[in-house]
Amino acid sequence: MGSVGAKEVPVLLSPEGLRIDGRKLDELRPLRIQAGALHQADGSAFVEWGANKVMAAVYGPREVHPRHLQQNDKAVIQCRYNMAAFSVDERKRPGIDRRSQEISKVIGEAFESVVFAEEFPRTSIDIYIEVLQANAGTRCAGLVAASVALADAGIPMVDLLPAVAVGKVGGAIALDLKKEEDNYGEADLPMALVPQSGRLVLLQMEGHMSEDELARALDLGVKGCRDIYETMKQALRERYAIEPAHGESA
Amino acid sequence: MSRGHRPGRRRRGREGGPSPPSGERVLVLPGEEIPSHGLKPGPGTYRVGGKVFASVLGLLSPRPPVVQVVPLSGRYIPHPDDVVVGIVTDVQTTFWLLDIGAPRWAPLHMTGTPWKIDVGETDRYLRVGDAVIVRVESLEATGRIGVTMNGERLGKLEGGTIVHISPARVPRVVGRGGSMVDTIGRHTGAKIAVGQNGRVWVDGSPEAIRRVSDVLRLIDEEGQRSGLTERVESYLRSTRPTQPEGPEAPEREGSSRDRVEEEFESGDGAEEESDVGPGPEGSEPH
Repeated sequence: MGSVGAKEVPVLLSPEGLRIDGRKLDELRPLRIQAGALHQADGSAFVEWGANKVMAAVYGPREVHPRHLQQNDKAVIQCRYNMAAFSVDERKRPGIDRRSQEISKVIGEAFESVVFAEEFPRTSIDIYIEVLQANAGTRCAGLVAASVALADAGIPMVDLLPAVAVGKVGGAIALDLKKEEDNYGEADLPMALVPQSGRLVLLQMEGHMSEDELARALDLGVKGCRDIYETMKQALRERYAIEPAHGESA
Repeated sequence: MSRGHRPGRRRRGREGGPSPPSGERVLVLPGEEIPSHGLKPGPGTYRVGGKVFASVLGLLSPRPPVVQVVPLSGRYIPHPDDVVVGIVTDVQTTFWLLDIGAPRWAPLHMTGTPWKIDVGETDRYLRVGDAVIVRVESLEATGRIGVTMNGERLGKLEGGTIVHISPARVPRVVGRGGSMVDTIGRHTGAKIAVGQNGRVWVDGSPEAIRRVSDVLRLIDEEGQRSGLTERVESYLRSTRPTQPEGPEAPEREGSSRDRVEEEFESGDGAEEESDVGPGPEGSEPH
């Protein structure tokens, strides 16, 4: 939305149907995932997705702090999403704000629906997501990183949780918006998919879309999630690569 | 959605029985469908609509009548009779709470020690930060982990240092029949006690401790690769102290180094188990 002294709205879609960074409408930004990037955490992952850089760390299951949050029949899942002060162009005021609170909540709830929390009563599974560099889609990048970190931490769950945002830019439905598309586009629709069941466990929308556009956006997003899923699995396979046990004299 | 057996409620590998028919180790990730061949979903798996899926990252391990996934990562999941290294995190009037790297702190009751203690005197025996070797005695549905210090080779750990490794790597550190930990001890002269929870207590000269720590890190990082024993031995040879008076001499084995006790199971590395306690207490500090 144009601010004071509004800048020119950039052309988001070329006549050839290419986007501001030359991508096609159904094309993801480059995604690189490193599982097990940290030492102290029980599980961790680092995600570079386009110009996003996100680190996720998972601790637990462990004793609950503060204790009154403890639940007798299952683990509580506590998620904190945080953006570094240097993650955006203008300095972001550090600390919890309403946006990060909301994102922490929806990501935590997404994981609650896939983690087998009842296996660890009276414990806490703590997820920390730190956005080091932001370029739209950080909640999805954070979800992807946290999901790989959870698997790295050996937490039992239904499935990994790939996530991506679909949006509407220049009148067209486009996969995986980058910053300019998010800022100047007409709609943004982040989602997280459980590939095993095909269920969505996170779905938000900002802006406007017709019913028909929404249906197409969901289709496109689910396809994108399936691609991201493969990259997530690849990252874990690399981390836990097994060589044949031959030659082991022990 | 029906779960199979709860992981951690079933003793891995101790039931005996042969290792999986095919020696091949298959890595599975959460959400991946597992060919169950009619087997029931075991630990680390779940079933939806007749299909079995992995719930944790680990190695596929068919153990008729169940198919299970042995985790390759994650916190220590306690099993009865595991010998573990714990750190005192809290002192109450009748018990201590120990951090054994498990999801919950484990209470060690004062009756579970070799000492005669009056109520309120617990802090005269163990304080926050002290290290102990204990045995897992009971597991409750609430997640409570009961531990005891009564038993051979259990007790307070004096001196030395504690190195953390992944609990999934413990069988590698111990080796078949304790061969790996024997090798490390023989080459360095250090006293080593491996807890099933991935905490390894090491005592000896500073040089010995450093070499053992390096080897443990090597195993922790490369434990799933083949040729581990050779690499460990070549590391130990290459770092052999130049002075012959170093605690290297093999003839000291069994004298200054305490005998270690092992139980283990044939089968692939992920299944074998071993409990190694420390030697008798009160061994001289360095």
